Amino acid sequence: MGDALLELRNLHARAGEAQILNGIDLVVRPGEVHAIMGPNGSGKSTLACVLAGRPGYTVTDGSVRFEGRDLLELEAEQRAREGIFLAFQYPVEIPGVTNNYFLKASVNAVREHRGLETLDAIDFLALAKEKMEIVEMPGDLMGRSVNEGFSGGEKKRNEVLQMLLLEPKLAILDETDSGLDIDALRVVANGVNALRDENRSMLVITHYQRLLDYIVPDQVHVLSEGRIQRSGGKELAHELEEKGYGWIEEGASA
Amino acid sequence: MTAALAAASEDLLALADAVAARDPAPGRAIAALRRDGRTAFEASGLPHTGLEEWRYTGLSPLTALDLRLSEDDAQIDRALLERVATPVFACGLAVFANGRPRNALWGVPAGDVELASLREADPGSLACGVDPKLHPLAALNGAMTEDGVLVRIPDGAQLEHPVHLVFVSSSPGTSSVSCPRVVIEAGAGCRAVVIQDHVCVGGGPAHFTNAVTEVAVGENADLAFALVQREGEADIHASNLAVRQERDSRFASHVVTLGGRLVRNDLTVVLAGPGAECVLNGLYVGTGERLVDNHTLVDHAVPHGTSHELYKGVLSDASRGVFRGRVVVRPDAQKTDATQQNPNLLLSDGTEIDTKPQLEIHADDVKCSHGSAIGRIDEDALFYLRTRGIGQRDARALLTRGFAAEILGALPGEALAEALTADFIARLSGGTGA
Repeated sequence: MGDALLELRNLHARAGEAQILNGIDLVVRPGEVHAIMGPNGSGKSTLACVLAGRPGYTVTDGSVRFEGRDLLELEAEQRAREGIFLAFQYPVEIPGVTNNYFLKASVNAVREHRGLETLDAIDFLALAKEKMEIVEMPGDLMGRSVNEGFSGGEKKRNEVLQMLLLEPKLAILDETDSGLDIDALRVVANGVNALRDENRSMLVITHYQRLLDYIVPDQVHVLSEGRIQRSGGKELAHELEEKGYGWIEEGASA
Repeated sequence: MTAALAAASEDLLALADAVAARDPAPGRAIAALRRDGRTAFEASGLPHTGLEEWRYTGLSPLTALDLRLSEDDAQIDRALLERVATPVFACGLAVFANGRPRNALWGVPAGDVELASLREADPGSLACGVDPKLHPLAALNGAMTEDGVLVRIPDGAQLEHPVHLVFVSSSPGTSSVSCPRVVIEAGAGCRAVVIQDHVCVGGGPAHFTNAVTEVAVGENADLAFALVQREGEADIHASNLAVRQERDSRFASHVVTLGGRLVRNDLTVVLAGPGAECVLNGLYVGTGERLVDNHTLVDHAVPHGTSHELYKGVLSDASRGVFRGRVVVRPDAQKTDATQQNPNLLLSDGTEIDTKPQLEIHADDVKCSHGSAIGRIDEDALFYLRTRGIGQRDARALLTRGFAAEILGALPGEALAEALTADFIARLSGGTGA
């Protein structure tokens, strides 16, 4: 067990005016995959937003360290360049900007920060093609406006494609499985698994156990009322599947 | 009328007389134009904000100028042209400096397109499209006309390359005025692209360009027309574009306003023959304290006409936009299909947009819709881009570019779209662009 990649201590946060996170402690080491499960309203998405630096979310207490640095003092774009990636639950449509143009701008912004040479159109296209095969994405999606008119599955594939292109140190998947049929889920999971290695960590936020059959976690945490109520191995996910979230919530209020 | 407007109107009349004095024999057509224009302008003077058509657009930036007649002494060569009017379409190129032709720089079009100065062509009569009594600035244009360009596309001609009309303005030392005139005759069944491109050189005091363009689109002809206004931030530009479409013709206009302290565009399209179809695209950019005003009128005079109008505005700082779009469907114009949209993106709190889409429908079997919208940068989209490593400033530029892409991407020719997109981004990020 090496040093923590991500370390949350007593994290309290508000979304707008509402207090949502009430003291989260979590340590993610390089190479680990942690699943965060929980009922609706438990604070899963707020956690993702706080980690990604979304405006409107305020940390009221506690700390977040990424590679030993205070993450909270970084802007969203700086976090991305440092290696944090958030796959959105609802990817945003951007009319008038082609997927190709957007992805190239993104990859080059991150490459520049890492001291790598920026890619020209031809090199970028070659890289994109290679990654698109992994998520079985049709080529014509590159020439279309970002996420505009994409099906639910195409949007999620596009998220995973971006992750493959940016090669983050920490990937946060916010309900990437929701709304996907089993075939699309398999493709998305393949994309995520293609990126797994001993240095890369993942925080997989999900409502359903199903995703964890494909992306097998090292640890599972159950979030309720803004706190981690239970942590365990992957078998905890199965236990939740059988007993439902009511089981945890009873424990939380007891 | 205010004292300032009255005084400026007197000064402009004196300039019109000075034009007549230094150029007493302009040919029959221009002489008639001057006479009618002078009479109308003498009666109206410069328009004031008490007039409905000018309610939101005061001319104080114009009346503040001490205008002189322009000279055509600017140093312009091909290299300069390539820089300010990129991409230059050399296959059919007409170049004017402060309203007067620079023949050495012209490129004669391949094939049988006629491209000539109005004085040489002497078309016999002009002013078929714009009524000087209704349009004071068009009247002034007539009164001061020295020359212009005639583009005549023969019946059935299929032009491979765009015709590029470049109007270069410069005001070395003192502010000046030029009044270019363009006449486009697109013959039956022809297909062509014409770009009317206004650029400036040399910085210097504000130049006032007051242009009139008349377009006749023949039966079943297909004409794409771009009006590009990429002058300096201090310049003043008025344009009056009048289009008449015959049966089954197709016309697309792309009015792109990137520069100018005060810009007023009047566009009138008359669908005079059944089955005619027009697309009116517009993009205007406001920075600083600039004001851009677009007044459009689509006149569905006969049945089975189609018009689709989309004007988009991007305003920042303390700039203002004005849009008034009228669509008139006359009693006989059944089966008309007309849409009109005016979305605006406001980038700062100090901006103002006065938008008034207006349908006047006198027929009962028509399909018409209109609307305007005002929005800001989408915060969700901004955050999305930032989580992908794109900095705040670049992300905003990307979203703004996306908003404008519908208009810029529809321009005739990728090279023109690219050049104007680059200029658009540069102007919004504080570069001069020109």
